[in-house]
This record gives sequence, structure tokens and C-alpha cells, in this order.
Amino acid sequence: MDPMPTRFDRTLIVMPAFNEEESVGDVVREVYAKLPGIHCLVVNDGSHDNTTAVALDAGAMVAVLPFNLGVGGAMRLGFKYALANGFDNVVQIDSDGQHDPANVPALLDGLDHADLMIGARFAGEGNYTVRGPRKWAMVVLSAILSRTAGTRLSDTTSGLKACGPRAVRLFADHFPAEYLGDTIEALVLASRAGCTIRQIPVAMRPRAGGTPSHNPIKSATYLGRAFLALGFALMRPASTVATKA
Amino acid sequence: MNVTSYIFGILAAVLTLAVVIEMLRRRRLRERHAIWWLVAGVLALIVGVFPRVLDWAASVVGVALPTNLVFFVSIAVLFLVCIQHSAELTVLESKTRTLAEMSALQDMRIRELEQKSEIAG
Repeated sequence: MDPMPTRFDRTLIVMPAFNEEESVGDVVREVYAKLPGIHCLVVNDGSHDNTTAVALDAGAMVAVLPFNLGVGGAMRLGFKYALANGFDNVVQIDSDGQHDPANVPALLDGLDHADLMIGARFAGEGNYTVRGPRKWAMVVLSAILSRTAGTRLSDTTSGLKACGPRAVRLFADHFPAEYLGDTIEALVLASRAGCTIRQIPVAMRPRAGGTPSHNPIKSATYLGRAFLALGFALMRPASTVATKA
Repeated sequence: MNVTSYIFGILAAVLTLAVVIEMLRRRRLRERHAIWWLVAGVLALIVGVFPRVLDWAASVVGVALPTNLVFFVSIAVLFLVCIQHSAELTVLESKTRTLAEMSALQDMRIRELEQKSEIAG
């Protein structure tokens, strides 16, 4: 039943978790059940709850940040750990149970031809929908980012991503920590550093807790900050991938 | 301008310089942060002692009312100090972030070692 043991061996699942004691245990157990032999690192991003104990109990490795750094900060730690411990690939999965770990093998397959694979929510599979300004923002963002990356990207803010060796080396040093840096700016950074980006459609499950907001003021703020992030990302000088020491 | 305001101007400039230099001396302020305050203090002292310099400088840059030049230069100095502080804050934040990452990684290694030593011992 295990199609590629060596590939799973060299892959690290990184799960940023901020106050996720309710879901993180189940997500970790599901990862181990569906992806036997894989390593799973939960980054406790300054949680005030029992996230660390729950994740350790489920069998994951846990890195505890002393205070909240945001998804970008947590992911950079994951990339650093992967680089220091000889993992080739890093797969980012949300700890709230939105992503199905069963998509990971397909993402890893994609890494044969790309440096960064995105699990896209709007590419046909599943029924994840958003409405209003948030949707327009996503459409415009994906149009601009598709141009930058030179390939069609329909979901630029997806939290399900797989990174190959080149992208891991780049992100361990340069993964952006700012707001939306883990999605928009990371894609700009990767494509300008010469990484190939591709996407595959994935089905999204409803979130374990809470619903996506449709508050107009929040949407407008999101829109503004997203474009600001994109603008600055495009203005910054390109980073280069560090050569293997 | 009467004698009182003349002396007041000089005293204010000297006091500013004295505070900055004293803080530098006690290492409460680093040179790189003090530079703009020193520049401002020295300028204020020059203008305080020789008010004619201000009139001359205003006419050179075409400012009709010399006092406005004082305001302009003051705001410019405050602006530069603010920018410098924002930049320093950014540097500090990124250093704190790196430290937080290091501490998390060390924490993992310690836990791993503790487990190993428990099994061994």
C-alpha cells in the first residue's frame, strides 16, 4: 500500500498552529494514517492553549515559538528545520483540518516538474466558493500572479503548498513574515528567484471551527492589504537561491 | 530681539547639547542615534549666538520669514529621526524573529536529547 516510501521519508509536513488544540491532534493522526512514513512538524506559533501537548501526544514533532510570529514566521522555521535535517521537500498543511492529506502524494508527484506546487481550491474540484469583494480581489490577484509566474494560478492564497529542494533552500532564508507574506509575496519571491510554480486542483473541506467572513469592512481591508503586499513584493529586488554548501 | 530672548535661545541650544552629550557619555545613547540630535543642537547654537546667520540663510534659500526656516529645519530633523527609528525597529523585529526561531529549534533538540538520555539511562 506504500507507493513511494523513500519520497515520504524525505518529506516534511509543516503545520503552523495557533491555538488549535481542538483540531491539531486529529489532523496529525490523519496525516500519519494517510501518508505512512512521513515526518510531521507542528509549529506552535505562540499558542496559549494545549497545542504542544496535543500535537506531541498525536506523535508529531513540535517546535514551540515563544510568541506569535504569524504563518510566515512559523513556516520559515519549518523550512529552516527541513534544511538543517536533510529533508528535500516541505508540504504546508493547515492545522484546522481544511486540507485533506490525501492530496499530498499528487502534490509531491508535481514536484518532479516544478519547484512549488499549489493545491488550488477553485480549479474545478470541490465546492469552495467566496463572494463579493473578496472574490474580485482573488481574481485580480491571481491574474497578476499568473503573469509573474508565467503559468495559470487560480488560487494564490491557498495554504496547501508543496516545496521542492530549490524552494526549500530559498524559503529557509527568505520566507516573508509580513501579512499575507506566506501566500502572495512568497509566490512572487519564488517565481522571481527562478522557481517553477504549478497548481493542481484540490477539494477543500469546511473549516472545523468558524466561517469565512463576509464583513464588507474586513473585505475592503483585506483587499487593500493584499494589493499593498503585492505591490511591495513586485518592487523588491529579486532574491537568489543559496547554493548548497 | 532683546537681550533676554537672545540669552534664552543660546541657553536652550546649550541645554539640548548638554543633555545629548551627557547621555552619550553615560552610554545611554549610541552615536548612531545621537547624530541628528547633535546636528540639531549645533545648528540651534549657531543660530542662537549669531542670529544674522539665520537671516542670511533664509535669504539664500528664498524664505521670506527667517522663523519659517527654523520650523522647516526642525521638522526635517524630526522627520529624519522618525525614519531612522522605523528602520531600526524593522531590523530589531527581524532579529527578534530569528532569535525566536533559534530558541524553538534549540528547544526541540533539548527535548530530543532528554528523551534519548531517559531511554539510555
